[in-house]
Amino acid sequence: MLITTVNITYLLGAVAFAIGLRQMSTPATARKGNLLATIGMSVAILATLFLPIEGADNNYIWIMGAMILGGIIGYISAIKIEMTAMPQMVSVFNGLGGACAVVLAYTELSHVSIGRIAASQAQLLILLLTLLIGAVAFTGSMLAYGKLQGLVDDRKVTLPSHNLINVVILAFLLGLATFIFLSGTQPGLVWISTLLAVSLLYGLSFVAPIGGADMPVVISLLNAFTGLSAAAAGLIYDNNIMMVGGILVGSAGIILTVVMCRAMNRSLANVLIGGFGENNKKKKEKGEKQVAKEITCADLAVQLYYSSTVMVVPGYGLAVAQAQKVVKRMDNLLSANGVDVTYAIHPVAGRMPGHMNVLLAEADVPYPKLLDMEDANEAMANTDMVIVIGANDVVNPAAYDDPASPVYGMPVINVWEAKNVVVLKRSMNPGYAGIQNQLFFHHKTRMLFGDAKNTLEELNDEIKTLEG
Amino acid sequence: MESIFLFLDENLLLIYLLIFTIILGFELISNVPTILHTPLMSGANAISGVVIIGAILLIRNADPTDYLTLSLGALGVVLGMINVVGGFAVTNRMLKMFNKKKK
Repeated sequence: MLITTVNITYLLGAVAFAIGLRQMSTPATARKGNLLATIGMSVAILATLFLPIEGADNNYIWIMGAMILGGIIGYISAIKIEMTAMPQMVSVFNGLGGACAVVLAYTELSHVSIGRIAASQAQLLILLLTLLIGAVAFTGSMLAYGKLQGLVDDRKVTLPSHNLINVVILAFLLGLATFIFLSGTQPGLVWISTLLAVSLLYGLSFVAPIGGADMPVVISLLNAFTGLSAAAAGLIYDNNIMMVGGILVGSAGIILTVVMCRAMNRSLANVLIGGFGENNKKKKEKGEKQVAKEITCADLAVQLYYSSTVMVVPGYGLAVAQAQKVVKRMDNLLSANGVDVTYAIHPVAGRMPGHMNVLLAEADVPYPKLLDMEDANEAMANTDMVIVIGANDVVNPAAYDDPASPVYGMPVINVWEAKNVVVLKRSMNPGYAGIQNQLFFHHKTRMLFGDAKNTLEELNDEIKTLEG
Repeated sequence: MESIFLFLDENLLLIYLLIFTIILGFELISNVPTILHTPLMSGANAISGVVIIGAILLIRNADPTDYLTLSLGALGVVLGMINVVGGFAVTNRMLKMFNKKKK
């Protein structure tokens, strides 16, 4: 009786995951979908606590203690985190899920190695896969976090011919796993530990050469990995909801990765082994020295005040500077004086698709003011002033005219077609893709250096004085 | 090798489940608007925390004096729980903002 209830609960939980994911992919029902998936997870966990296991000691105290501790940590970090740091947070959560799979697989494998439990050849293979995939997802996600948080510099962690090194490590890793798999059903703990260490190393090495701008794609892929390791662990425990949930996330994560790559007009292979850095450095040195023209806050305030249409193009710099609310105040000031303010959202602006939408929504920017790339490009010729805030690669004209550039062919926002362009930027350093942007030297472009938030506040003050 | 063939033969239904779930996952996600990519990734990430169930089962099956296994299991539950609770909470926070702007 109880076992049937548990099984039916698992079934309902799995259905809740599937319908929840479906609803999450439509704006109107997205929140309901997330709630449904949360309920599905809660009942699945509850059912697991009640699942009858013959002769088990249960140790409920340990489970409850750990669940409360983990729940509190997870909830507080999710509530406290700044909206701007959301992508990093997702990466950390994903890494911890991978770590959970690693702990499981390692514990079970150590039991197998001392003969406490027997494993069939197939079970051994699945355990090894869980360990391997989970470990790569764990360290890979942590490095992705480090890169997004600005703790890790791309160039410092990339070795010469890093892609070759990755192939060697991967080959060694797969060889080692095959060796353990073939050497009988009671592998030594030393071998298992070596496999774990190399897997952890590979996760780091795999993500190291990938540019920070591509981290969303990587996180999505690692998310799929975590799902797959959860599914593999489900096979070991013969647990249907782990299998279904894990595989759903695995396949959904992979398709989401592909969709994201498509939004950047690149293939997944190009993202993973493309490695922006190296060839661009040479080109930059070759180019002659160009001078960008600057503008002062006061001048810009006047220009904005007497424009009839202004378009804001936000990028990651806006997120870093936490400037979304200041932008909204500028919007209010200008709108009150009859200026039409819109926002052009590039699909991959920021560190994750949709990143800018979330930030601007937080600052209460009304939905109709957000233009997608096509609409923005159409409206560009009739725009008096474009303000680029901390965006770089998504407004790079090299996408059209420089076949040697890594962004060549990527759809971008054609800001140079507007009457005037102002770029708010911290310095002349190239963007995350590590490439220089000819836009900064364009005859229509003026630069305004400084932290976006401070600059915009100063700008707002100037606009207020004009109102007099 | 033989045991692998045996495994496949014995678990044919499982293999069906695997393949159809993969297809379902693909179908569920295609045609997602760009603005939902981040919340969707985050929500899917929370679901991958389902691995916590394995950690719970590990603890439940452990000997009450086997503190090593219990501690490792508890570590697994803590990690999985952060993934699940944090993941769903952060997704909800993101999606709440989309609701707000419709008003």
